[in-house]
Amino acid sequence: MRKSKWLVSPVVLWLSIFLILPMAIVVVISFLQRDEFGNLIYQFTLDNYARFFDSLYMGVYWDTLVLSISTTVLCLLISYPLAYYIANAGATRQKIWLLLITVPFWINFLIRTYAWVLLLRSQGVVNSVLMNIGIIDEPLKMLYTKGAVLLGMVYTFIPFMVLPIYVALEQMDKKLLEAASDLGATRWNAFRLITLPQTKSGIMTGSVLVFVSTAGMYVVTDILGGAKSAMLSNIIQTQFLGARDWPFGSALSVIFAITSLVMIFLFNMALRSRHERAKEGRA
Amino acid sequence: MKQKTNPLLSIHSYIVIAFIYLPVLMILIFSFNTSRISSKWEGFTFKWYGSLFSNRYVMDALMNSLTIAITSTIIATVLGTIAAIALRNALKKSKTVLGMLYLPIVVPDIIMGLSLLLLFSQFHFPLGKWTIIIAHVTFSISYVYVIVASRISGMGKQLEEAAQDLGASPWQTFRHITLPAIWPGVLAGAIMAFTLSIDDFMISFFVSGPNSTTLPIYIYGLVKRGISPEINALCTIMIFVSVGLILLAQWLQNKGNRGKKASTLPF
Repeated sequence: MRKSKWLVSPVVLWLSIFLILPMAIVVVISFLQRDEFGNLIYQFTLDNYARFFDSLYMGVYWDTLVLSISTTVLCLLISYPLAYYIANAGATRQKIWLLLITVPFWINFLIRTYAWVLLLRSQGVVNSVLMNIGIIDEPLKMLYTKGAVLLGMVYTFIPFMVLPIYVALEQMDKKLLEAASDLGATRWNAFRLITLPQTKSGIMTGSVLVFVSTAGMYVVTDILGGAKSAMLSNIIQTQFLGARDWPFGSALSVIFAITSLVMIFLFNMALRSRHERAKEGRA
Repeated sequence: MKQKTNPLLSIHSYIVIAFIYLPVLMILIFSFNTSRISSKWEGFTFKWYGSLFSNRYVMDALMNSLTIAITSTIIATVLGTIAAIALRNALKKSKTVLGMLYLPIVVPDIIMGLSLLLLFSQFHFPLGKWTIIIAHVTFSISYVYVIVASRISGMGKQLEEAAQDLGASPWQTFRHITLPAIWPGVLAGAIMAFTLSIDDFMISFFVSGPNSTTLPIYIYGLVKRGISPEINALCTIMIFVSVGLILLAQWLQNKGNRGKKASTLPF
């Protein structure tokens, strides 16, 4: 069985043709022109990238960054205590809680987003309840707002944050906490100085997952946000499925991919402790 | 030593779980509501489920989804399993190959979808069921590989070596020793691939053609048009099918894998 290494070639071939080649095509097309019917003209241009700096698209880009960062921060604030609670529960309870967190992972996000339409629309559940109690007289406009989009994104991506943080909390060296308490550290100080730094790999993984997924998720904005809350991913989708401006869509995709990589790098930098940086500085 | 948990922490956790499940529960409840438009409860009914099964578009979409899921699952499971077996004996696993195998998990769906659309259009490959199948195989391979490889890594080589010492050919060894041992992993990988395929919208939306509407694409169309009790019924069925499948996959993966930490996480 030693010489079975060639068996990996079908997969390598498949992924080269259907994953690597298509991404290379995107990069190439982002430098091409198109005629008025949407057909490609094989001539080099930087216009597609120049168009991105139009104030309209810069605004959308900024909105996308703000939405993705807000979603990441909210998910982190909601998920860390939850993951901490699960990691400190007994073995059986841990299993049940983990199952509860993973199940929504497998419910189609279209369905979960649609649930919020049911809740937030003007004749929806939330408005009916509020009007029946008598808190409001007129239905509130909640659907098709930026708030609805943020809510939908946080709702969709909470499991992406809980699970990596839980794994980090599970894997950390618990003896350090005992040592800290033996040496008289308060629980808050033990958490701040030991638990938090030890789990930053989980925080980073979760944040990157949530950030990149939010920025690339065109459906939640589409369903909960209406036309005014279009994000970068909606613009990209329109270029391919509506406007048929593939070179511009490709350029925006390349910008999206680069932004994701930069954010991954920044998260990495931000979460490295001062201590580590100091150590590297000395070395 | 477990410290006493802060009551605020448990309250927070229960609220988050309620926040996660209440909206989904809403769909389940409303799928049995007699009223077509109101969000008031007006009585229990099964009629929306009935009208679902007599709706030709739903049935067509279901058939498309099943055809695509079954075909892509078979291809992805065979390819992913072969890769896992091939890489098992490679002493120095090539970083390029490993990176490639994990790439589909990392690449955002929207990029995978649009780049495949560009590929197919550049080579004038008509959009339809086959383009969706190709897309689904591409992202499923990684998951099958990860699951099968984790199963293989926990397996000793003694039985296979014994079989070969006793004169079994490589194929016989594979057929009678290796395959039965990794079978639960292969099955779990296949169920994972099937579920991912049945569930996918983001990528399918880019590479689907006029006659290849899948269930999620159909649901998207309905949701864009507005609320209807049939969507609630359809969503309820889909929730139970995907959750059931994933629990089955997890159970298979844990079976015989006791002691090792199991996970349904795709990362």
